[in-house]
Amino acid sequence: MFYRENGQFKTTYQSDQQIFPIPQDRWIILGIVAFAFLGIPLLVDEYLFRAILIPFLILSLAALGVNILVGYCGQITLGAGAFMAVGAYAAYNFLIRVSGMPALGAILLGGLTAAAVGIVFGIPSLRVRGLYLAVATLAAQFFCDWAFLRVKWFTNDSSSGSVSVADINLLGWTIDSPTDKYLFCLGILVVFSLAAKNLVRGSIGRQWMAIRDMDVAATVIGIRPMYAKLSAFAVSSFYVGVAGALWGFVHLGSWEPAAFSIDRSFQLLFMVIIGGMGSIVGSFFGAAFIVILPIFLNQMLPLVGDLFALEVSIALVSHVEIMIFGALIVFFLIVEPHGIARLWSTGREKLRLWPFPH
Amino acid sequence: MNMHKLAGVAAAIGLSAALAAPAAYAQGAKAPKAEAQAQFFPVLAYRTGAYAPNGAPWANGFIDYMKLTNARGGINGVKLLWEECETGYATDRGVECYERLKGKHGGATAVQPLSTGITFALTEKAPGDKIPVITAGYGRSESQNGAVFGWNFPLIGTYWMGADVLVQHIAKKEGGFDKLKGKKIALVYHDSPYGKEPIALLQERAKMHGFSVQLLPVAHPGVEQKATWLQIRQNKPDYVFLWGWGVMNSTSIKEAQATGYPREKMYGVWWSGAEPDVKDVGEGAKGYNALAMQHGAEPNAKVIKDVLSMVHAKGQGTGPKEEVGQVLYMRGLISAMLQVEGVRAAQGRYGKGKWINGEQMRWGLENINLDQKALDDLGFAGVMRPVQTSCLDHMGSAWARIHTWDGKKWNFTSDWYQGDEKVLRPMVMLASGRYAEEKKIKPRTPEDCKK
Repeated sequence: MFYRENGQFKTTYQSDQQIFPIPQDRWIILGIVAFAFLGIPLLVDEYLFRAILIPFLILSLAALGVNILVGYCGQITLGAGAFMAVGAYAAYNFLIRVSGMPALGAILLGGLTAAAVGIVFGIPSLRVRGLYLAVATLAAQFFCDWAFLRVKWFTNDSSSGSVSVADINLLGWTIDSPTDKYLFCLGILVVFSLAAKNLVRGSIGRQWMAIRDMDVAATVIGIRPMYAKLSAFAVSSFYVGVAGALWGFVHLGSWEPAAFSIDRSFQLLFMVIIGGMGSIVGSFFGAAFIVILPIFLNQMLPLVGDLFALEVSIALVSHVEIMIFGALIVFFLIVEPHGIARLWSTGREKLRLWPFPH
Repeated sequence: MNMHKLAGVAAAIGLSAALAAPAAYAQGAKAPKAEAQAQFFPVLAYRTGAYAPNGAPWANGFIDYMKLTNARGGINGVKLLWEECETGYATDRGVECYERLKGKHGGATAVQPLSTGITFALTEKAPGDKIPVITAGYGRSESQNGAVFGWNFPLIGTYWMGADVLVQHIAKKEGGFDKLKGKKIALVYHDSPYGKEPIALLQERAKMHGFSVQLLPVAHPGVEQKATWLQIRQNKPDYVFLWGWGVMNSTSIKEAQATGYPREKMYGVWWSGAEPDVKDVGEGAKGYNALAMQHGAEPNAKVIKDVLSMVHAKGQGTGPKEEVGQVLYMRGLISAMLQVEGVRAAQGRYGKGKWINGEQMRWGLENINLDQKALDDLGFAGVMRPVQTSCLDHMGSAWARIHTWDGKKWNFTSDWYQGDEKVLRPMVMLASGRYAEEKKIKPRTPEDCKK
């Protein structure tokens, strides 16, 4: 109906190769981004900002980073939580040890540090792959957990190992209200996703995908595996590190190594698998699924109980929440092993052929 | 591949509709409209997960006391209202619960997270929301300094104070602080901000008296301690301090039994000295000691009899009746009592029978003055000592004693000790000063406190 391409002709290579070749897509996306920037701050309340939207944006960024490595380059990682921790603690140290360091600078430097650490822990990927690599990246997780718990220098000799930062200041804009924090995270996320989309469409992204699909063949056609794999580790860790710094600086304000435990690594990997490997938009679906669904279930179940006049205890709610959540994961993986992103693109293909989809 | 933001935004819109729906399923008393608005207290509980055996009795006592207060006629007629939210001891879920509940029913009066991790996160949010964070017996020790931590209330106990009392107790057992020289103390602790809190104090005391502290961290959730206890067997420390929570406590005691370390030389913090920690071990835990944060198991206290007759007898009790009066139940009960008394103190200034907001509640909590008579009236005779808080001292009482498990129940085995201000105060001032510098907080002056 509205999603019809009749009469749209592409006369230049440029118009054929842009990110959204169909004008409707382009307008919808622009509309959504504009709505996210202008409409949402007017509509939602503090709870939605602080408990749902901000964690969702930050974990989307982290999932995007993991997706670059796992989905595009095919290197399974279980160390994402560790790189988040590196980003957060490095940013913290840059902020307190370098006088006059702006917070945004510290966050980006935290990301760069995470990238450097990512390269180091990516070296085993040159020799081992698949599940063995996952185990090797697990070492990053345990090493970072250990380092931030034990090496007092990283936490500025804090007696409990927990660190905290003051409000962020960006060129005179003090980011303290939930709306400011949301806009700050959204801004970073938009810039980073645009960059990611262009990276994976470009030469380097094609190298990653070639390595993912068959690394021997990729080597034969002249792709250097070391360069491709390590650059994927670096870019991925950079994204994850920035997300970690945001998680600490913007979302928590005060954190401990437990905020970036192995659970976080698994959570991020699941986001990518459920959302869709090798898909930018899949990262957002995955993050939404993992972040929002449990909270949604947790709040809906008592209401459902009320409907049937049942008194539901909170222990029961949280048990049922875990069960439904687990069942949904299994359901999605069986129905669509390629993730929610594939469901989405199938839907769109059908919409293009509407009213005669096949 | 496109439609970048649609996922998030659509979900957010759908959710906002769902969440904005009046989710008023608050349990407990629904105050009649004619009376003053009810005071609302969020209950951040954990009844699932690795820490549930210890979290559930605390929440039961906490809620039972609020029910009792309502049955006694409220606080000068103002009823209490509460809603539970399950955190599972996870920081991010705890923050979500706090955000969800803080604005309900006119705004939360105070919040008690029962987790050091959640306390750290809420410490950042409380000043903006103007909601006091009460952490009775946990949280960050330096938050005793109310000039810097204006919204944190580690009432009647911090970990530094607890560790100090333990050192005093073993010094007394050994026959004086000078006898501690050359002794070895091992600290088996939960590897989290909670477990690390006492380290600073123990190291300070170690420097003063010349004993050595061996740090033995145990990873969450604490069921894997074989290596830890192997080290204890090799080093043979004179005393073991246990800073565990949940399943870690009983595991430690079982491992001590397996390695043959005498339970009499083990001292737990007040979170490692309750019935769930020892009852599975039973006779094997005989002789194990733990700090009592003023109270122990108090089945004979008057307040417990009131709870049984006014709440449980009417079928409104929270949790099993047999657990009423146990250690952690009492901890929850006392935590609720302190917040109720905070409201009462605030009403003394802002009007009896009036609704108290978060800022007024802070004044109330800073001006709690529970003397022996007030405690007796509330039914806490013999359970705890008087508490008096001030703007600069958010703890209010530094007394504790030791109780010992005899295989069947906890018995007090020591006299009262008081945390040594000469040791504690400088540490509190130093740490809170550093926090103020880091966060660019201007400490409150005595004039600010009067406001």
